[in-house]
Amino acid sequence: MSVLEADSEMLYAAVSGLLAERGLVTKAEILERMAVTDAASPALGAAMVARAWTDPAYADLLVADGTAAAEEVGVMMRGLPPLGVLRNEALLHNLVVCTLCSCYPRAVLGYPPFWFKSPAYRARTVRDPRGVLADWGTVIGEDVRIRVVDSTADYRWMVLPMRPAGTQGWSQERLASIIRASDMIGVTVPTAETVREPT
Amino acid sequence: MTLKAGALVRIKDEWPEALGPVHCRTPHYVRGKAGTVVRHLGDFPDPGDIAFAREPALRRLYHVAIPLDRLWPEEPQGELVIEIYDHWLERGA
Repeated sequence: MSVLEADSEMLYAAVSGLLAERGLVTKAEILERMAVTDAASPALGAAMVARAWTDPAYADLLVADGTAAAEEVGVMMRGLPPLGVLRNEALLHNLVVCTLCSCYPRAVLGYPPFWFKSPAYRARTVRDPRGVLADWGTVIGEDVRIRVVDSTADYRWMVLPMRPAGTQGWSQERLASIIRASDMIGVTVPTAETVREPT
Repeated sequence: MTLKAGALVRIKDEWPEALGPVHCRTPHYVRGKAGTVVRHLGDFPDPGDIAFAREPALRRLYHVAIPLDRLWPEEPQGELVIEIYDHWLERGA
C-alpha cells in the first residue's frame, strides 16, 4: 500500500509518532497549530481591512509589511509564510490565484473556499480574469487595469479592497461586517449593502 | 542575481521535469516569457531542494510582471504578477 492509499488517521498516528520520537514536533504542538488554523477565519482579514480604511498609518503598514500588520492585531505569524497585501486603487484591481496548488493566506482568511482550489478557477483566472469577474457579477471599469497575482512561491497574498461609498462615519466593526473572503481574493468588491456569509 | 525594479527579464524556457523528479514553482505557462521586475520580495530557501531533503540554496525571489496579451492567444487585457526565483531569470527581454 502506498502513502496515498493509507488510512488518514493511521497515517497521522504513524507520522506524528515518528516526529515526536525524533524530538522534532510534539503532539501538543501539532494540536496547538491545528487549533490556531481552525480558529482563523475571514473575520481576521476583514478586521485588518476595516482598520486600514479608518487608519492611514495602519493601511501603509499593511501594504508595506502584511506580516507585521497581522501581528499587530494579534495574529500569530511566527513560522508562517510572509503575508503580502495588494492595494486596490481607482485604476487598479488585484485578483489572487494559485495556479500550482492552493496557496492562501490562511492565517488571516482561514481555509480557502472550495472554488479557490478548483482547476477551473486556477486555469481561467490567469487567462480570462475579466470573464471570471463577470461570473461573480463583479463590474470593473474598462479603464481599470486588472492585475492577476499568481501565488507561486513563498508569499501568501490578500487584497486590500477600496472602501465603498456610503460608509462614511461607520465604526471599524460595522465596516468589517461587509468585507468577505472573496473581496480579499479580489473576485468581488465590497459595497455598503454587502452581507457577509457566516464564518 | 540582483535585479532592480523595472529590470527587463526573461523567464528561462527550461523543462527540468523532463530530466527526472523535481519540485518546481515556475509554472509552464510563463516559461520563455519576457517580463519586468516589480520588486525583490526577499530571500528564501529553495523549495526544490527542501522537497528532496537537500540542504537548500538561498534564492532571491522577485515579483515579475508580464502583460497577459504576451501569454495567451486571445490577448486578454491586464497583467500577471508572479513570484519567480532568480535562478529562473535571465537579464534582458
